Amino acid sequence: MIAEAGVSYVNQWLSNYWLILAVKTAVVLIFFLTAPLGVGYAEHKVLAHMQSRLGPMYAGRFHGWAQLIADGVKFIQKEDIIPAAADRWVFSLAPAVALVPYIALFVVIPFSNQIFILNLDVGIFFVMSITSVTVIGVLMAGWSSANKFSLIGALRAAAQLIAYELPLVLAAASIVMQAGTLSMIGIVEAQDRYWFALTQPVGFVIFLVASLAELTRPPFDMPVADSEIIFGAYTEYSGLKFAFFLLAEYGGIVALAAVASVLYLGGYRALPGMGLIPPPLWMAAKIGALSFIVIWLRATYPRLREDQLQQVSWLVLIPLALVQIMVVAIVKVAV
Amino acid sequence: MAVDEQDVRQSPEDATPSGLGLLKGLAVTMKAMLHPSITQQYPEEMPDLPPRSRGVIALKQENCTVCYKCSRDCPDWCIYIDAHKETHPPASGGKARSAKILDRFAIDYALCMYCGICVEVCPFDALFWSPSFDYAEYEIDLLTHEKERLEEWTYTVLPPPLIEEGAVPAADDALAEPA
Repeated sequence: MIAEAGVSYVNQWLSNYWLILAVKTAVVLIFFLTAPLGVGYAEHKVLAHMQSRLGPMYAGRFHGWAQLIADGVKFIQKEDIIPAAADRWVFSLAPAVALVPYIALFVVIPFSNQIFILNLDVGIFFVMSITSVTVIGVLMAGWSSANKFSLIGALRAAAQLIAYELPLVLAAASIVMQAGTLSMIGIVEAQDRYWFALTQPVGFVIFLVASLAELTRPPFDMPVADSEIIFGAYTEYSGLKFAFFLLAEYGGIVALAAVASVLYLGGYRALPGMGLIPPPLWMAAKIGALSFIVIWLRATYPRLREDQLQQVSWLVLIPLALVQIMVVAIVKVAV
Repeated sequence: MAVDEQDVRQSPEDATPSGLGLLKGLAVTMKAMLHPSITQQYPEEMPDLPPRSRGVIALKQENCTVCYKCSRDCPDWCIYIDAHKETHPPASGGKARSAKILDRFAIDYALCMYCGICVEVCPFDALFWSPSFDYAEYEIDLLTHEKERLEEWTYTVLPPPLIEEGAVPAADDALAEPA
């Protein structure tokens, strides 16, 4: 009797819409605030070792594991400076506009066929449209700072994000054509026999390169090129607002690595014969591996010049992506 | 020659478009990551410095004849020398013997620029380089090391490195060889 009452009580709580919403929001926020810390720490250490250094070694005693937490505490303590000539409201809103899309993106990322927040029918369409919003945040930051470096950086970022949005979407489109669905879970389930990275290796490379450019990560970091325009659109930012931009960058790495693993690496699916490891760990491992590649590329390649950067997109990636779509369409119709 | 210059400055058309260089670059960074880093974690780990490191200048008072060569040649006047003359009466007639007694020998390391000219000009091997470097102070006065402290540094002086095999010894080294 008591057990039955308990079960019904729990069921009643579980069916409470607001409670579930609150729990899901908390889960997404906690994941979004911790996973980028892991990537940030990995970047510190991997980059250091690739340059034959040690990286942070003191924070938290053991190999500087608490470095990112210490950085966060430092950012909180800093003075929040708004330039006198700045457009105060736009200046303050910009970090949020840059950050929120990446948080929202995790709503549709599945960690197994049960663990997900929302299975949108238009999942990948939602992802593509919401990542384009970040560029507005960067533009707002650059415009409102009343600083020439910020403006140059913001315009470079806008030009770059527009140029690389296209190959990103085209690559995703050919995945959608092969999977026959827009839903993220549907795309993962469609990879039951083989990863789409095997059938569309060119698309995979296009997607990775375009993602790097979307995140303005090296070698596509022209918009924040410190040796010429200080830190681009973020030059005037300090304290927490600056930390939010950094969080958006590392959150963006996690987000786009997650999208890439859903589209090309079979998402939460295990490698054949390794089904014992639970699906969320597979997803985490794939995100980690792709994040490592992002850091690896940063350590290896010098920055592309602005015109080269545009050329790579318009003359290489977009034509390749279009050919990819045609090939997928022909195969789809013929087979 | 013009041909050589052309060879050095490869035009973009000549560059091989294979993209092999991109992969080579990735291999280089991966190799660097898998090898242990070369960082020495000072102060937990003291660096292993070569004998000729210019850390601090040590004074062997015994060898100093108060010739003032070091203090005169010092470009930034950071060597202080005070001395007086003592005459010892002869034991068995004749002229009294005089000796120079070193009262003060100090090097102000706040001024020193570690050029090593003093070590170079010292004719009697009283000054030496030591690789010790950890003598930072909170007060600038304390950077002036008096002769007692300079004497202590002599215990940190390393023996000179061996001459490379097959190398011709320096001219004054040959003179110092016992016959």
